[in-house]
Amino acid sequence: MAIEVRIPTILRPYTDGAKNVEGNGATLAELIADLDSRHVGLRERLVEDGSLRRFVNIYLNDEDVRFLGGIDTPLADGDSVTILPAVAGG
Amino acid sequence: MLRLDSTLLDAVIAHARADHPDEACGVIAGPEGSDTPTRFIPMVNAARSPTFYEFDSRDLLALYRDMDDRNEVPVVIYHSHTATEAYPSRTDISYASEPEAHYLLVSTRECGIDEGPVEVRSFRIVDGLVTEEPVEVL
Repeated sequence: MAIEVRIPTILRPYTDGAKNVEGNGATLAELIADLDSRHVGLRERLVEDGSLRRFVNIYLNDEDVRFLGGIDTPLADGDSVTILPAVAGG
Repeated sequence: MLRLDSTLLDAVIAHARADHPDEACGVIAGPEGSDTPTRFIPMVNAARSPTFYEFDSRDLLALYRDMDDRNEVPVVIYHSHTATEAYPSRTDISYASEPEAHYLLVSTRECGIDEGPVEVRSFRIVDGLVTEEPVEVL
């Protein structure tokens, strides 16, 4: 079993338009690296200097990973990951 | 062009007035592929600021799950400016992340919390490029 990842509209050009993709990894960082190997460029949009970008929210199941372990959050088969850009401005 | 029902626009303006001098923000969702806003969803500005807005992270997840379940998309993303014109700020442009949405801006700088002139303008924001569009109120 793999980890299901929900891709937001703005990042679907990296996934040939797919709304959901699957990946593997023991941590969020590994999952993002795995996704980037098939959807090149995705990692750059999520990660900056080894940390998650401030205005991209990533959820493990129902929890924002910022309140878990950030990019080092452990993952298990069957988990669901949701990526949502922040809705923000000035 | 953004076409929206007058009751929806009135709801956005009422929210902007109620939250003045902080920025108000929210979404008008609509059926996927329709480009028609139908469901008014006011959001909490987690920043509670006169110069910044951000949907709370938990609220954001709940909002998108709910829209997914209903086959909706955020047709309109609205927010208010409370001391400046209804034109996207540099921050608005850099964080805009829904290329298919209409970004509706309301300025309450003249009216504040009272009845009075309100400026309403709509924009597309794609890859850092701002394009203003007409608003047709139905």
